[in-house]
Amino acid sequence: MPKIEVDEGRCKACELCIVACPHKVIGLAKHFSPSGFHPACMANAEACTGCMLCAFVCPDVAIEVYK
Amino acid sequence: MGEKKLMKGNEALAEGAVRAGCRFFSGYPITPQNEVPEYMSWRMPEVGGTFIQAESEVAAINMLYGASACGTRVMTSSSGPGISLKQEGISYTASAQLPIFYANVVRGGPGLGNIAPSQGDYFQATRGGGHGDYRVFVMAPNSVSEMGNFPRICYEVAEKYRMVTMILADGLLGQMMEPIEFDFEPIDPSKLPPKDYALGIQEGRSRRVVRSYDLKPGFMEKHTWKLMEIYNQVEEKETRYETIMAEDADLLVVAYGTCSRISRAALALGRKENLKIGLLRPITVWPFPSKILHDLASRIKKILVVEMSTGQMIEDVKLAIEGSAQVFFHGRPSGGIPTEFEVLDVIKKIYGK
Amino acid sequence: MEKKVFARTKGLTETPMRYCPGCGHGVIHRLVGETLEELDIRERTIGIAPVGCSVFADEYFNCDMIQPAHGRGPAVATGMKRVRPDCIIFSYQGDGDLASIGMAETIHSAARGENITIIFVNNAIYGMTGGQMAPTTLPGMRSTTSPFGRDPKVAGNPIRVCELLSSLKGPVYLERVAVNTPGNVVKAKKAIKKAFQVQVDGLGFSLVEIISQCPTDWAMTPLQSIGRVKDEMIPYYPLGVFKSLEEKK
Repeated sequence: MPKIEVDEGRCKACELCIVACPHKVIGLAKHFSPSGFHPACMANAEACTGCMLCAFVCPDVAIEVYK
Repeated sequence: MGEKKLMKGNEALAEGAVRAGCRFFSGYPITPQNEVPEYMSWRMPEVGGTFIQAESEVAAINMLYGASACGTRVMTSSSGPGISLKQEGISYTASAQLPIFYANVVRGGPGLGNIAPSQGDYFQATRGGGHGDYRVFVMAPNSVSEMGNFPRICYEVAEKYRMVTMILADGLLGQMMEPIEFDFEPIDPSKLPPKDYALGIQEGRSRRVVRSYDLKPGFMEKHTWKLMEIYNQVEEKETRYETIMAEDADLLVVAYGTCSRISRAALALGRKENLKIGLLRPITVWPFPSKILHDLASRIKKILVVEMSTGQMIEDVKLAIEGSAQVFFHGRPSGGIPTEFEVLDVIKKIYGK
Repeated sequence: MEKKVFARTKGLTETPMRYCPGCGHGVIHRLVGETLEELDIRERTIGIAPVGCSVFADEYFNCDMIQPAHGRGPAVATGMKRVRPDCIIFSYQGDGDLASIGMAETIHSAARGENITIIFVNNAIYGMTGGQMAPTTLPGMRSTTSPFGRDPKVAGNPIRVCELLSSLKGPVYLERVAVNTPGNVVKAKKAIKKAFQVQVDGLGFSLVEIISQCPTDWAMTPLQSIGRVKDEMIPYYPLGVFKSLEEKK
């Protein structure tokens, strides 16, 4: 199952990955990250194809992609 | 050592730097130091070095910042206006503790001034024309021989203490010709010890960063005090001066560079007329020879400061003697050059009082 | 078990980047870091961090770094490359650094054809100092020093750097890219890699201008800011190659 892992220490909830994802996989989590953001997370995990577009646009290199 | 050669001051300065292992020069045309870049433009390629005529003095000093960060012995030269433009780069270099050497062949100022010799850049050189707490090791030659032999000393001090060093000359020293014999063997820079801060190819070492700032609270303060400790050591160990006939003097002339030679001639004339005149010549104007001057002033109660300016070094003289002697001044700013007779007249007026 | 197909490059250090949420610098840093790793030049590269938001780059790029005075990157790069031609030198600069105070250094290092690579981040604003007008601020665009919108009659028009430098003989490779969409990010990576390759091959001066979003000082959300890149920045700063090897032959 392709998936992404978001480093909550780096993510600043800029949401660029959310709009970049062609399959609407990503959303902002309800909980707060250590630095006080609602970090990005897989809101719709099954739709992930591991295409990496989210990682391409992430300004904090906070996303790792598995396929 | 080297054989005796008749050279122009500016050319001796350039050759002295090359002989001391300088392999990167970037400069910009400005009278009265043009012979330095001109000389370097053919001499550097001869020794496998780099010569660049930069687009401005600002670019030139920053090229030095880069080349020095890679461990190369570097040089730039200019005159007052260009040295003013380089001050920011010099402050950065001091903070980053990169060893560099440059020369100011001083001309009449302020402003475009004129192209005649002057000593009007003393404050800029010794008080630091750039921003922040830093010092520059400043040597003041008074002959073509010293123009050629001082660069080696500057490079050694620059690298031993990782600081900025300069020669404070003037248009007269730059333009006149005198015989010169180098008092050191040519230095092969590849044989110099490697510098542990130098940037380049890592070959397994960890990465290095050269920078002049630190935003973390309290870090810059610590850094600046560390620099000051280094400068205190330089003051203790690297102060240089010369005294002439000061032992029995009733009047002491204090003068550096060109004015020290003129004063020496006046001293010789005065001694013929049994005037007991002595001379203290600072060879480093930073660190200023305050200790020796303080001692001399405890005995010699009249001090005449001679400068080709409206009086700048005189402040260091007053600070050094702390009021223990009378200080008189004779100055010729912005291209004015005193004669020995002129200085002798001033001496006589003071001596008689 | 899934295989990791995208991971953080060794061209960047582990230090979390302190740029604002959505800032283009972070993406550009990744592209440069990956290039250092992929061209296997990281251990012989010296990077220059400018004065500006990316002054902190000396903590983020995992190679030797140096941080000089504002605008003087190309001069420092010149000094370093001349004495260490075996090293790869890049100067990472913002628009104030490169096109304002450092314009002379930019033009003359390009005119000399120095074998260096300049990564020029154009976000049309002075970021670190809080959002003042830059030489690349668009006509009508607000900033803290053009509060009524930049008025070309008073503050002139923004400078197109790639076009400006393309008139010089020195540059070998000039391209303008952007990082507002995944597709543009991929193209930006190719351009950056090509620029470094030009230097590795010793061919001469290369510069990549990267249109970048600055949410905070554009007073926008990250999502709005990539909208401005598409709707306002790219129309004024057309993407594309302005000088390349093909023309050189």
